Amino acid sequence: MRGRFDKQLEQLNDMLLDMGAHIEKAIAMAKQALLERDIELAKKVSKLEDDIDQKEKDIEGLCMKLLLQQQPVARDLRLISAALKMLTDMERIGDQASDIAEIVAESTPVLTQPQFAEMADAVIKMVMQSVEAFVKKDLQMAKDVIKYDDVVDGLFESVKVELIELIRADATSGEQALDLLMVAKYFERIGDHAVNIAKWARYSIAGRKKSEPKNSAG
Amino acid sequence: MSSKRKIINILNHARVYFGIGVSLAILLSILLLIIINGIQSLSFEFVFSLSAPRGFSLMPMIINTFIIVIFALVIALPLGIGAAIYLNEYAKPNSNVVKVVRACIVTLSGIPSIIYGLFGFLFYVIALGWTWSLRAGIFTVSIMILPILIRSTEDALRAIPVSYRMGSYALGAGKFHTIRKVVVPAAINGILASVILSIGRVVGETAALLLTAGTLLDMPQNLSSSGATLSVFMYLITVEHGDMQRAYATALVLMTFVLGLNLLANFIARKLKKV
Amino acid sequence: MTAFEINNVNLFYSDFQALHDVNLKVNKHEITAFIGPSGCGKSTLLRALNRMNDLIDGCRVEGEVLLNGVDIYKEMDVNVLRKRVGMVFQKPNPFPMSVYDNIAYGPRVHGIKSKPQLNEIVERCLRDAAIWDEVKDRLKKSALSLSGGQQQRLCIARSLAVQPDVLLMDEPTSALDPISTAKIEELVIQLKKQYTVVIVTHNMQQATRISDNTGFFLMGEMIEYGKTSDIFSVPSDKRTEDYITGRFG
Repeated sequence: MRGRFDKQLEQLNDMLLDMGAHIEKAIAMAKQALLERDIELAKKVSKLEDDIDQKEKDIEGLCMKLLLQQQPVARDLRLISAALKMLTDMERIGDQASDIAEIVAESTPVLTQPQFAEMADAVIKMVMQSVEAFVKKDLQMAKDVIKYDDVVDGLFESVKVELIELIRADATSGEQALDLLMVAKYFERIGDHAVNIAKWARYSIAGRKKSEPKNSAG
Repeated sequence: MSSKRKIINILNHARVYFGIGVSLAILLSILLLIIINGIQSLSFEFVFSLSAPRGFSLMPMIINTFIIVIFALVIALPLGIGAAIYLNEYAKPNSNVVKVVRACIVTLSGIPSIIYGLFGFLFYVIALGWTWSLRAGIFTVSIMILPILIRSTEDALRAIPVSYRMGSYALGAGKFHTIRKVVVPAAINGILASVILSIGRVVGETAALLLTAGTLLDMPQNLSSSGATLSVFMYLITVEHGDMQRAYATALVLMTFVLGLNLLANFIARKLKKV
Repeated sequence: MTAFEINNVNLFYSDFQALHDVNLKVNKHEITAFIGPSGCGKSTLLRALNRMNDLIDGCRVEGEVLLNGVDIYKEMDVNVLRKRVGMVFQKPNPFPMSVYDNIAYGPRVHGIKSKPQLNEIVERCLRDAAIWDEVKDRLKKSALSLSGGQQQRLCIARSLAVQPDVLLMDEPTSALDPISTAKIEELVIQLKKQYTVVIVTHNMQQATRISDNTGFFLMGEMIEYGKTSDIFSVPSDKRTEDYITGRFG
């Protein structure tokens, strides 16, 4: 009796995975453009971002349709409402990848800090795993993503320190340092959004009773 | 296909209308026969006169019939309704007692009235020494209409949805209160139908009353008097005198009488329902 | 504040055990919904709360059902119990009498005869049941002339007329159209200010819309009981989850 509903939920998962793959690609492209100072590649990211926005709308439409038609309860309700919430985070990640690419296209800063590549790889991994945790209902993976954010935060702090050093040593490189700080901040924000996605995945899988007091977010 | 269906449809309609037409025609011709023949010999004196010679006024017979109908109902109605309520509301369905009682009722309602007459004659008239009298007649026809009353009252009660009873119980009403205030009022139409059936049976009865109430054509003095009802009078006048004119006139009065009693019963039921 | 306390209730229809060891508390001034597949015992439990099961031959109840601390099977007259615990049925069942007499029936059963007092009760109950405006000009008309939804609200008004503490409702909207259903749901939510409501429903959306607490029953057992918002978002038991998401039943 719920064969059709199950198919629709599968479709929702597929669409989320697809959108996840696109935002990973956007981050990877932004990273490559940044490292290789490739302006052409950087410009392609904003096109990809349009695709991502379209995908967001499609998934949102499917979620609305499911809410209306199936009036889901319990795990179905958690799954669909979590999908709607994490969708916003995924779209923001796309925006931020595009913002990084924009900085590259406009001022193509020279990179001297090895942490940027590391940060980019870390957030790509987090984004990938958070979406995967949601789709595969893997609670442990979601928890791992939430924990992994500390690594990204650590990298951001060390980049910040180095950039402050850079300005102190040479005042003329101030503009360059600020651009790089913003790039680092965008990577850090992407990490935060991945954490949000992982938390929605956790809610979808395990739930939390409204009548229970909130326990500390793990 | 569709034209075939049309033909079948027309044939079916024709069959139904034919059935109705024949039944109505028979009924109407009987009515017309009685009315046309009856009205010729009907006169005010013949119906209402209190001083006409014996057999030339229907007044004594009308009064006898009225007395027997009313008293028989007074006796049988409470018993019949009570029995029906017991069987339908209180007795365990399908218990042996109920099975035996039901079998008896079905059998009794199928017995020819002459048997009741014979019983009444042997028991009331002879054994109790009541001689031919209105009361022997009353008691005999009371027994006779009891099965009719019980059966149709029971049917009426059974037709009352359980949900009415549940609704009443759920308000904290007891069983007796529920039956008295909800079930019986709701069944009043069915009970009324059984009363009308019973009246018809009594008014139309000859055999049983010939043997118990007797054939006296005088005004009754009391319930011990012998007295013929309208039907008995018709029988006597046709068989013993061969006077068809008076028989037709009596039949007309009898029909009017039944109609009047039915209207009265309807009126009473409507009054009861309002309360 | 507990209206009903149900302790270790086992209920048998002759040899068949319809309820197994049910324990639960029904809070005052809240709406408690019982859900579950057909034949799961939810209606049986509901009818055990005003002893309607007494009318069924061979029905036997073990354990205790306390209404405000008093055992309704051992320490209370059944007609007193039913005055305090009203019931509304699946199919509207107004008596075949006038609108007025339907409402006045209960109070009359319990000895109220004064005409002004009855008038007052009839108007108040019809107002409480949100049907006064629709029937105030036809109080003397037969209740059977009302529409299905109006009949059901009339039945609710009829139950209110004996001033119960608790109102039991056995799938009260399953025979009604969506508009009438919405009106009844609205009404039920209004009623909880003054009454405690226990409702059996097949419509899970209805349970989520109106109830504060939900109990899920399966094969005579109470599987899960808790806040409605929890049961329908984060049920603890897999069987509850499977039932409400339509995986069986």
